[in-house]
Amino acid sequence: MDAASHEDVSKHMGPYYAVFVALLCLTAVTVGVSYLHLNRPLAITVALIIASVKAGLVAAVFMHLISEKKVIYAVLILTALFFAFLLALPNLTTFEHHSGMPGT
Amino acid sequence: MSETVIPYMVKPHPVTGLPNGKFGIWLFLSSEVMLFGALFSSYVLIRIGAPHWPPEGGLSSEVLNVPLGTFNTAVLITSSITMVLAWASCKMGSLPRFKMWMGATVFLAFVFLVVKYFEYSDKFHHDHFPSHDNFYAVYFLLTGLHGLHIVGGIIVNTFLLTWGSRMWKTDPEHFTNRVENAGLYWHFVDLVWIFLFPSLYLL
Amino acid sequence: MSVEHHNGNGKGHAHADHGHHELPFWRKYIFSVDHKVIGIQYAVTALVFLLFGFSLMMLMRWQLAYPGQPLPVLGKLLGETAMPGGVMAPEFYNQLGAMHGTIMVFLGVVPLAVGGFGNFVVPLQIGAPDMAFPRLNMVSYWAFLPGCILMLSSFLMPGGSAQSGWTSYPPLSDIAPTGQTVWCLAMVLIITSSLLGSINFIVTIVQLRAKGLSFWRLPFFVHAQLVTAFLLLLAFPPLEAATVMQIMDRVAGTSFFLPSGLVVSGEQLKIAGGGSPLLWQHLFWFLAHPEVYVLILPGMGIVAEVIANNTRKPLWGYRLLVYSVIFIGFMSFVVWAHHMFMTGMGTTMSTFFQTTTMIISVPSVVILTCFIMSLYGGNIRFTAPMLFATAFLPMFAIGGLTGLPLGLTASDIYLHDTFYVIGHFHYVVAPGTLFALFAGIYYWFPKATGRQLNDKLGKIHFWLSFVAINFVFMPMFFQGMAGLSRRLYDPTVYAHGRGVQALNVVISWGAWGLAIAQLPFIINFFMSLRAGARVAENPWHSTTLEWAAPSPPGHGNFLTEPVVYREPYEYSVPGKTKDYSPQFQAEG
Repeated sequence: MDAASHEDVSKHMGPYYAVFVALLCLTAVTVGVSYLHLNRPLAITVALIIASVKAGLVAAVFMHLISEKKVIYAVLILTALFFAFLLALPNLTTFEHHSGMPGT
Repeated sequence: MSETVIPYMVKPHPVTGLPNGKFGIWLFLSSEVMLFGALFSSYVLIRIGAPHWPPEGGLSSEVLNVPLGTFNTAVLITSSITMVLAWASCKMGSLPRFKMWMGATVFLAFVFLVVKYFEYSDKFHHDHFPSHDNFYAVYFLLTGLHGLHIVGGIIVNTFLLTWGSRMWKTDPEHFTNRVENAGLYWHFVDLVWIFLFPSLYLL
Repeated sequence: MSVEHHNGNGKGHAHADHGHHELPFWRKYIFSVDHKVIGIQYAVTALVFLLFGFSLMMLMRWQLAYPGQPLPVLGKLLGETAMPGGVMAPEFYNQLGAMHGTIMVFLGVVPLAVGGFGNFVVPLQIGAPDMAFPRLNMVSYWAFLPGCILMLSSFLMPGGSAQSGWTSYPPLSDIAPTGQTVWCLAMVLIITSSLLGSINFIVTIVQLRAKGLSFWRLPFFVHAQLVTAFLLLLAFPPLEAATVMQIMDRVAGTSFFLPSGLVVSGEQLKIAGGGSPLLWQHLFWFLAHPEVYVLILPGMGIVAEVIANNTRKPLWGYRLLVYSVIFIGFMSFVVWAHHMFMTGMGTTMSTFFQTTTMIISVPSVVILTCFIMSLYGGNIRFTAPMLFATAFLPMFAIGGLTGLPLGLTASDIYLHDTFYVIGHFHYVVAPGTLFALFAGIYYWFPKATGRQLNDKLGKIHFWLSFVAINFVFMPMFFQGMAGLSRRLYDPTVYAHGRGVQALNVVISWGAWGLAIAQLPFIINFFMSLRAGARVAENPWHSTTLEWAAPSPPGHGNFLTEPVVYREPYEYSVPGKTKDYSPQFQAEG
């Protein structure tokens, strides 16, 4: 159960609407930026930052993560770590390959 | 033999502060992070290994339909706020309001799928199947699995909208928890798309 | 010291059991939501598949001992495709190999260790009436069983079953016959079942503990199952993703794992290319390495329980054990590429994985040391479960130590994909985990059935198995060091294979002897179900919570709500009249 009780929720709807508007705006921004045709590394960085902000808003506000319990934070931090390993390590192993074959 | 009563189905556990269902759904979402994480990792590995991306040349935004993708992003974002409103209606004690907002959520989910249907059939019409090259393979795999998750969400939300809502009469608190948990899943599906859209369409 | 023999009072009825309308047969025994029934369903299914998977290997052992020789009797029964003229076809050998590995790991050991023992024992050991999500538990089993049947059906596909190793490496697996697609589909079902189960275990262990049962009072078995559940939860999804990608490669013509320019049987494959076979390996081993810890941790948990109970003293280093098992769980996610040292990784990354692999061996040694120290000074009862649990220690030690040259890149260059690897991992899983699981069966059979397994037959089962199993796996190290490759249909085509061929005969007869050694167990099992000595709640005079419930427990498990008053292994406490103080008994 989250912090807001039975009747109080109606008074606490503000943040939800604010996030909704922010998400739509950030979507427009990310599409707009793509038309600037920035160089690859910069384009990726900007796009991922905007996506992370949007995702953060959804998680913190819509999913109530900002007021969640410690157990959930612990599970998510562990998951984030393993996700980082899964993303980074296989790709790191491709950098020193000398076979020259694409994708290996 | 009557059903065994399991503690903390509705009331939160005194130490963790969680009811069982909410804990369960967050654990499920963690496994989903690893699932989509594996897909993103694969996308990166395949893309890094490709001399060109898309392999045929040009830009992703020229191969995929950015306006449709943007529209779908807005559709999912809107479905997330309607999902919040559905839950809030339960918290505020109104079943009719819940049904309206949950109905809107399900409707928007269908809109998303219809747009994807048009996107997919356009590709197929031009003989661009997943086998065409790895750009298409990755696109169909990632959006396809995401789409299956949307279908799953539609099934759960429709259940809560119909037979599931009978629980409102006997145990509204339990029902509200279920709506919140369904909402967590739904927001997660939105969250995945928030990363999928730029990764596939814009970069 | 002998164990109690009481006239048991049969199934108990729990205090939560109000309103006695009986469930119909199909809801009581088929689609049951009771964790005890589900645990038994998993255990029985798994035992059948362990026997089946073992049989596949026994067939292979004929070809390895007597290459090219027709197999008497069975050779004709298996048909002309698999055994033309009674001689094993190479394709059939490969099928047997791939399915032996797959079935033993995914349909045998894990379902027994986690689905069987986990489901049955964990709620009882924490004082819970059932798992947190009983209906989800039922769904888990009913996703698992169809997956098993589907997996078996792959033998009937044109071209036979999966035949690219249990590891299903592309490009070979991508172009293999239809059975491989069935393998993938079956894995999707089995993985889904596992994911749902792991959620259940974690929520149950965290949320449903009895009053007074704090984290540091949990039996080590529960700690081990909790870590195992996290491994299953977070490591399986990448394999599920990879399996879907392999299905797409095979059915939709994609090239996720197929590189450009691939030539098969002299013809260029008409595919887009640009894929990476190594991508499969990364995703597969990301699961499969934590999976080997899934294979061992529940076994370690069982060994802990049986040792504490049969030495009549507390486990040595309980907190060390808990920290170690958590550390193993975490580290298991960063060692996987030690299965890929030969794939062309540069020295930076291979050194990284070598280092993490060396680090992960430390907590395993700590756990083994704690178990050995637990024996010291104990008043040891060599019951059948204790024999299996004690033998686990040197067997796991051999398995673990032989892993070290594989984890070191330099020596792995020579030993990779040889029989040395097969010897290494079988020592850990066979006389390791399987012995631990047998210990668990002898230990918890009374709780599940209300009857005791015959201890004499159990001892015969143990000694025959212990001798035979070492004849099977010890020679493999020498074969591997001589350079003999694994997955080889006919070792005698190579001079270095001919050099160690005599050992293949020893191993094969050891394997067939090991099969015979299981007969006392099978006879004992069925005999004791009907005519075993009846027992009351706590025949082993144990301290943990499951022994407070009736044998067997009814719905809701406990007659009164259990309360925990002390640590889990209070044996031989000075000043007490009894040599054990159960967790659930108030002072007195």
